Amino acid sequence: MKPVPIGFLFGLWIGAAASALAQDAPAPTPTPAPSPEPPAPVATPAQPPEPPAPVATPASGSAVNPTFFNPAIAVIGNFLASVGHNPVQPSPAFQVEESEISFQAVVDPYARADLFLSFTNDGVEVEEGYVTFLTLPWDMQAKAGKFKVQFGKVNTLHLHVLPWVDEPLPYQNLLFQQQGDTWAAEGISVSKVIELPGDTFSEVYGQVLDNSTGVDLFASPAKGDLTYNGQYRIFRDFGDDHNVEASFSYAYGHNGTSLTNTTNLQNAALVYRWKPLQGKPYRSLIIRSEYFWSNREQLNGLQKAQGFFAGADWQLGRRWFTGIRYEFSDRANDAAERDKGYAATLTFMPSEFSVIRGEFRQRVYAGGIKANEGFLQIQFAIGAHGAHPF
Amino acid sequence: MRKIMMVLAALLGAAAPALATVKVVSSVQDFASIADAIGGKRVETFALAKGYQDPHFVDPKPSFVLKLSKADLLIVAGLELEIGYLPPLIDQSRNDKIRPGAIGYLDASTGCDILERPTGTVTRAMGDVHPFGNPHFWLDPENGRVIARAIAAKLTELDPAGAAEYKANLAAFETKLTEGEKRWDAALGSFAGTELVTYHNSWPNFLKHFKLVAAGYIEPKPGIPPSPSHTVEIIDLMKAKKIPVILMEPYFDRKTPDQIAEKTGAKLLVFIPSVGGLPEIKDYFGLFDYDVKLLADALAAAKKGSAQ
Repeated sequence: MKPVPIGFLFGLWIGAAASALAQDAPAPTPTPAPSPEPPAPVATPAQPPEPPAPVATPASGSAVNPTFFNPAIAVIGNFLASVGHNPVQPSPAFQVEESEISFQAVVDPYARADLFLSFTNDGVEVEEGYVTFLTLPWDMQAKAGKFKVQFGKVNTLHLHVLPWVDEPLPYQNLLFQQQGDTWAAEGISVSKVIELPGDTFSEVYGQVLDNSTGVDLFASPAKGDLTYNGQYRIFRDFGDDHNVEASFSYAYGHNGTSLTNTTNLQNAALVYRWKPLQGKPYRSLIIRSEYFWSNREQLNGLQKAQGFFAGADWQLGRRWFTGIRYEFSDRANDAAERDKGYAATLTFMPSEFSVIRGEFRQRVYAGGIKANEGFLQIQFAIGAHGAHPF
Repeated sequence: MRKIMMVLAALLGAAAPALATVKVVSSVQDFASIADAIGGKRVETFALAKGYQDPHFVDPKPSFVLKLSKADLLIVAGLELEIGYLPPLIDQSRNDKIRPGAIGYLDASTGCDILERPTGTVTRAMGDVHPFGNPHFWLDPENGRVIARAIAAKLTELDPAGAAEYKANLAAFETKLTEGEKRWDAALGSFAGTELVTYHNSWPNFLKHFKLVAAGYIEPKPGIPPSPSHTVEIIDLMKAKKIPVILMEPYFDRKTPDQIAEKTGAKLLVFIPSVGGLPEIKDYFGLFDYDVKLLADALAAAKKGSAQ
């Protein structure tokens, strides 16, 4: 690892901070509405407890409320400022990278629906919009619509729950995603939980995806040329404080470089979490890594590319986190070209609902092009955004 | 040969534990403890949040999905205490029995004395507020009685064959609770009206039951860490009112409470909010036995000290 300009890094860290890892890492999740009531004013004795007011509890449902069945609505804003020069992946000095609006509700006794709209400077996009059938025969669950493909770990997470301001290089080089995007597609997903010995959780996914509107990663003008993705993941606790999650994903489909050329993409992901439930308040560690293999048929022959990242995030205090990340990735359409990068983050969470993060990132692109950049990310969440999957 | 088989079967039968007929998952350990007391050997319980853990912040780990997928009964505190982690776990469990409104879903807050329900506008400028009331309601033993009755009724509904056992166990629980209340009320009765400071607003039901008063909180707002200015205000308040005790939950950093205790001469007590918060607190009665003794001893020592 090449030395990082200390002054620049220090300046960035002092001036900034930000993040929340939601499940994996703190993130601004507007839902978790912890803690009770506002404390009584300090200067005066607490008011005597009030008799219960006639407010409907979620359980009672006795009060007539015309909005009762409306979906939970939330907005998550993501402001990103950057300094430094990057000729390969330029980014503006200031941008509202994404504003996400979510609508989430139970449809009926059999299904729930989730819709995430993403507002960017390029327009509005359905980031995800799907219905989930919660209980099918043989303990299956199915999803239909547009959703984040169950490939790797980071790909399944929304931008605002990542511990960085950006996705690691393999997502950009091998999955052809722009900064701030992950692979989402229309299709059908089926999953089943398989319990393994020792209270070990495992889950298998099978997904069939349309790629008629896809570009770069999977694309085909033929309606029948679908993309297939599968994942098997295992999760196990080791006592109260430790757990490990591992997964292997495989995706296959036509890539659009000819009528017959295909890509197969594989991913192995490993996440270790340490979070002591007692004795050490406000300490936690998450180490995550993913390895990618891409075999892409092109007119100039098979491109066998690989990518990797590993990151560690350490909780410094109740509201402070820091992290490092190493990454490299070949380019899917030219495997001889390899980019590398390093990043360091410092995150401050004023509350569960806002995040301020500073990130220093150095990327060394193929051909020796070096880019040192600093980012300041501010995220906020309002409304009743639901909890994210772990 | 037949005799050998019979002996083997008898031995295996004797060695095997009694089969649990009702699998109970609860969000906090207190409900699991009460379900154990009511269900006896007819239930098998598991708590998602451990007694020493902040019940507001629980990771929705996939391993919990396995527990929920096999549950016959899910007992929650409700009042949005679990909203940050439980809904996706229920969805992933593929278990229709435990969805809100289903037969295997029990909101333990129903029928309990719920305090501090906001009647005006609620915004997050007020901190992490619970719009439906304070969710730490199990810390009033009378609410424990309501919860026990609700659990007994629900177990009877799910497992009618055990009705007589649940009824008997509930009666025994209530008798023990009544005896406990006499003991606890006696221990703290002479301190009625005493003002305390607590870290988080976890104790309104406990304080109300024992006629104690929260004069202030170390958190300036729920879920917001103490600021220097607020800490100074609390110190001034405690000095002015001669507040003898600070109560702190075990999952917070004790640096600021220690500083306040040092400046004011108050006693800092790590107060346990749930069963299992310490290894010796094994059930709902043990929780009150521990907390009441800890507080009564501290208040008695303070009273003795001020009298000298």
